[in-house]
Amino acid sequence: MIDVKHLSKSFGDHLVLNDISEHIYPGDKVVIIGPSGSGKSTFLRSLNMLEPPTAGTITFDGVEVTSPKTDIDEVRRKMGMVFQHFNLFPNMTILRNITLAPVRTGRMTQAQAEEQAMALLRRVGLEEKASAYPSQLSGGQKQRIAIVRALAMNPKVMLFDEPTSALDPEMVGEVLAVMKELAADGMTMVVVTHEMGFAREVGNRILFMDGGRILEQGSPEAVFGNPQNPRLKDFLSKVL
Amino acid sequence: MELYEAWKPLLREGTATFSQEFYVKFYQAFVEGDRWQQYLRGVGTTLLATAMALAIGIALGIIIAMIRTAHDQQRPGHHNPILALLNAVCKVYVTVIRGTPMMVQLLIMGFVIFSSSRNYTLVGALTLGINSGAYVSEIIRGGLMALDPGQAEAGRSLGLNYIDTMRFIVIPQAFKAILPSLGNEFIILLKDTSLITVIGGKELVYAAQAIYGRTYEQMFPLLGIALIYLVLVIIFSWLLGILERRLRQSDRR
Ligand SMILES: Nc1ncnc2c1ncn2[C@@H]1O[C@H](COP(=O)(O)OP(=O)(O)OP(=O)(O)O)[C@@H](O)[C@H]1O
Ligand SMILES: [Mg+2]
Repeated sequence: MIDVKHLSKSFGDHLVLNDISEHIYPGDKVVIIGPSGSGKSTFLRSLNMLEPPTAGTITFDGVEVTSPKTDIDEVRRKMGMVFQHFNLFPNMTILRNITLAPVRTGRMTQAQAEEQAMALLRRVGLEEKASAYPSQLSGGQKQRIAIVRALAMNPKVMLFDEPTSALDPEMVGEVLAVMKELAADGMTMVVVTHEMGFAREVGNRILFMDGGRILEQGSPEAVFGNPQNPRLKDFLSKVL
Repeated sequence: MELYEAWKPLLREGTATFSQEFYVKFYQAFVEGDRWQQYLRGVGTTLLATAMALAIGIALGIIIAMIRTAHDQQRPGHHNPILALLNAVCKVYVTVIRGTPMMVQLLIMGFVIFSSSRNYTLVGALTLGINSGAYVSEIIRGGLMALDPGQAEAGRSLGLNYIDTMRFIVIPQAFKAILPSLGNEFIILLKDTSLITVIGGKELVYAAQAIYGRTYEQMFPLLGIALIYLVLVIIFSWLLGILERRLRQSDRR
């Protein structure tokens, strides 16, 4: 579904992604772990070209994302993204946050988009917040809305960049619950997280990144139960 | 009228009481020959010049801010030579305008560049607008830079194009953030229009000067226009306050 070939990215002369090749299959729940500064966010953000790579190619659904001729907006409409800091639009109601993109990109009429938004809000238990503004919501609620907003475009894959890292501990569970439900529905997901419990439970593949490379990957059982790479062992000993 | 005619000779004789003198001078400054109409016309010109200068300033400010942000946001390695040239022009403009006194700019525009133009008010408003554009562009740039880049990223990640992201997400938030500074710029402009008198603009100061040029009595006309400026500034500050509160209510940030 997403094919990454020889992806490299540098900021100035700082090489952040170092020749990464990886494939993400339909239905995959890929969890990316690794120490801070290892390039996890940069890798995730390069998948939808928020960080244009310096070298290499990314192909999504047969379309070469990295090609200058590709309409990147069209690609992004099929890739949902959820950010650490939610990035809800504070100048709009929750309903408008959710309906803006489907309506503006011509996917749906306003009425269709609202109907869909209300259905999605009901799924995450926040339908009564439709006319509220983001500032009136708790962190956990904001992140559930951010997930709904991305889902409103009916994406084929969802990218999550540390979706629970900015949350108070008591709110982490409600967001992870929504993500688990999404995983159970068969959504293809790429998740950067420090929630090892979630990684173990939901991930079908764990990628361990360090120094801009994927140093080890495998099933949760293999990565957590029988790690090979010394850097991974060291990392796990600190976080588990 | 009768009192004025009766007390006016007393002033010349030096036998007028304080209140009689006050009355006569006040009458001369504002009533005689319907002089209040001159102030009124002055206010009209002042407001017109302010509005024109603000419109020019905001238009220029937006263009310059767009060029400069577009230039700064270019990816490293992707250098557009036209954009680089425009950016350099904008930088020179901002430096020159902010580095020279307003009064000197007015004199140059009025007596050198547009020395043959008789429409002094228009030249004055144009100069003020060009001057204001440099400041407004910095205000707008500041507003755009202060906005969390995550907002635009969220818009783009949803598949919204650049224009829609700017229109629905970036500009409304940036506008709200810079509204107080823009209001401040408007008030500065309103007061700075008084300078266009030096090139012959017929605004409030001109009206006062014309009147005391005939009566040889400066105090009342000058205090009068000071009061008029003050009242105008208070009214506009109050209106801006209402506008800001409205905008804040609309999203209860
Ligand atoms: N816009 C940028 N400009 C310059 N350097 C950057 C930029 N973004 C990231 N970097 C650098 O790239 C490296 C990798 O950053 P990245 O955000 O991908 O790490 P990460 O694995 O997501 O870390 P964390 O767990 O802290 O989020 C870091 O050294 C960071 O300083
Ligand atoms: Mg990160």
